[in-house]
Amino acid sequence: MARMIIYSGIPSNSGKKVMETKSSDKNEFVRQVAEQKYEFGFTTDVHTEIIDKGLNEDVVRLISAKKQEPEWMLDFRLKAFRYWQTLEQPSWAHVTLPEIDYQAISYYADPMAKKKDDGKPKEIDPELMKTFDKLGIPLEERLALSGVAVDAIMDSVSVKTTFKEKLAEKGIIFCSIGDAIQQHPDLVKEYLGSVVPYRDNFFAALNSAVFSDGSFVYIPKGVRCPMELSSYFRINARNTGQFERTLIVADDDSYVSYLEGCTAPMRDENQLHAAIVEIVVKDNAEVKYSTVQNWYPGDENGKGGVLNLVTKRGELRGVNSKLSWTQVETGSAITWKYPSCVLRGDNSQAEFYSVAVTNNWQEADTGTKMIHMGKNTKSTIISKGISAGHSQNSYRGLVRATSNADNARNYSSCDSLLLGSDCGAHTFPYMDIHNDTAVVEHEATTSKISEDQLFYCNQRGIPTEQAVGLIVNGYAKDVLNKLPMEFAVEAQKLLSVSLEGTVG
Amino acid sequence: MLEVKDLHAKIGDKEILRGISLTINDGETHAIMGPNGSGKSTLSAVLVGNPLYEVTGGTVTFNGKNLLDMKPEDRAHEGLFLSFQYPVEIPGVSMTNFMRAAINEKRAYEGLEPLNAADFLKLMREKRKIVELDTKLTNRSVNEGFSGGEKKRNEIFQMAMLEPKLAILDETDSGLDVDAMRIVAEGVNKLRTPQSSCIVITHYDRLLDMIRPDVVHVLYKGRIVKTAGPELAKEIQQRGFDWIKAESES
Repeated sequence: MARMIIYSGIPSNSGKKVMETKSSDKNEFVRQVAEQKYEFGFTTDVHTEIIDKGLNEDVVRLISAKKQEPEWMLDFRLKAFRYWQTLEQPSWAHVTLPEIDYQAISYYADPMAKKKDDGKPKEIDPELMKTFDKLGIPLEERLALSGVAVDAIMDSVSVKTTFKEKLAEKGIIFCSIGDAIQQHPDLVKEYLGSVVPYRDNFFAALNSAVFSDGSFVYIPKGVRCPMELSSYFRINARNTGQFERTLIVADDDSYVSYLEGCTAPMRDENQLHAAIVEIVVKDNAEVKYSTVQNWYPGDENGKGGVLNLVTKRGELRGVNSKLSWTQVETGSAITWKYPSCVLRGDNSQAEFYSVAVTNNWQEADTGTKMIHMGKNTKSTIISKGISAGHSQNSYRGLVRATSNADNARNYSSCDSLLLGSDCGAHTFPYMDIHNDTAVVEHEATTSKISEDQLFYCNQRGIPTEQAVGLIVNGYAKDVLNKLPMEFAVEAQKLLSVSLEGTVG
Repeated sequence: MLEVKDLHAKIGDKEILRGISLTINDGETHAIMGPNGSGKSTLSAVLVGNPLYEVTGGTVTFNGKNLLDMKPEDRAHEGLFLSFQYPVEIPGVSMTNFMRAAINEKRAYEGLEPLNAADFLKLMREKRKIVELDTKLTNRSVNEGFSGGEKKRNEIFQMAMLEPKLAILDETDSGLDVDAMRIVAEGVNKLRTPQSSCIVITHYDRLLDMIRPDVVHVLYKGRIVKTAGPELAKEIQQRGFDWIKAESES
């Protein structure tokens, strides 16, 4: 018999008394939230070439042509598109995904278009440089954060990749996926779609048909990447979807730490973001992937915001390989995202650390899948959900051990923290164990910040807002500690800002 | 320091304080005694601004300022401190981070720069000694997994860190063994200055043997029914509260 241990408990601070706000406080609270600014909500006024709205085979061909892709890439897209046409938008997640009119969206927006066709090397519009400066992502290498190389992507196009040459000295390839298709077709052909096939799900099929840009990383055998690599995604143009595609391959005995950040302007209508991230980890290699997701979450009435529908998966192909996903999710109107690991190699180890914050009318259904196939594989899941306002926050996770996965070991811990009484926290753990030697543990807690705790802080001179920040950061500490240093500080600030005004 | 005049307060529909008047001067220690349910803890809660209680009448002036108009955190910044009868656990928040936030909020209120990490840790080390608090405890989450005695010592440690003008010790002796009580009392005595005052709320006189009060009040049914010198505590120890109850009701 496989052993399954389930602990379930409510810690001592699980609110004897629920935080209740008086109605006058509630108005104050709504006002505060309304005035709370989404810091990255500005738009950039730059000439952007946008193709007509709508989706059909001609559009897929047009995207491929614009990117001057080889025939095999167009075939890949067309197969995916034809398959997508046979699918229905999924509805199983605990979110109210609106009926998306896929014909009302433009699938390609190029803010670099103006400078492209004159045959000279690409020049970057100074407005774009300014935009990324404003976002804290300087694209001039002399200004860049030391030790971080950036691939900056706006709408459908990679604007610039920094430190490319320096990394090339070590044989590391870090470029946009568009450039990779041109310059490293063999690598792309070998790995693209090998972890997330276009048949995987509705949004994966859509992405495979129309994906625009994203990053490509290849770390050769035995190389330890000397700097953090990162992608920064920005949606700017109106009524366009962003379909980024990222592919990371860590060859034998290599190491890389990768960061991803994202923001979008404040718009009244929803913006669609359907991405795929694929990671391949070979023998003894290690990949760390960290995300700080801060897409525009919509306003305080739930209007607008990004629909974040993402398929992220890594395959631990090699023996002793390691992969860890760390995510801090604070943005998006709707999040549908399950960064997963397929533990194929013997002794491989996978980790998933997540903090998901939802406020106002945001809805998140996020978690992970750990598929144990190799022997002596080990996975850890630490998920911390924080819900405030009228939001709904769900953890959904699958732990599977196949019949060959001798001694598979999983530990899952899912905690939910509720702020206020109008929000919801949900946990959907699935276990599918086919091997008697597997050990799977699942712990879950739900807690509230109690009035007693806040008053205790107040009496020591700490105002309620700061007290909430302190408690939330303490609660999320186990995950924040996994982030690279520069990111951790940002993430801490982001958590406090996202929850500003949630306790009246 | 503190001037309470005809203070009335209720929780829900239940009136608990029914006209309390009390004056505490700089450097004085006042004991407030009384049987269970007489309103001792309510008085301390109302003074520090606990939102569960509603003030229905009277005034409270603290160093010339209207205390009842201030938010709880500003009362703390003005120098009011409560050692809680039941200190609250805050999982995930280390004592160090908690104290740093508290100290820096106070400094900001006073227009001072935040304390740098080195100075802050030095301060922690010095103050820890006053109540013989283990480093182990200050590295843990606030009050989490502390024994009853450790929680109370931790309260006095926080008092030492924040150097209040007026400290209210609410049943700080409850649940303490003799040794722990000695450490707590010695800690409080070390922190006394000619400018700082103290309110000691207690059932028994044991603590008052170690922290000598200047004035002893007896609270009964939401009013102060008797005020005298430290000898009153002794008398209560021998005779209980019944004679005072009888006196006040006659």
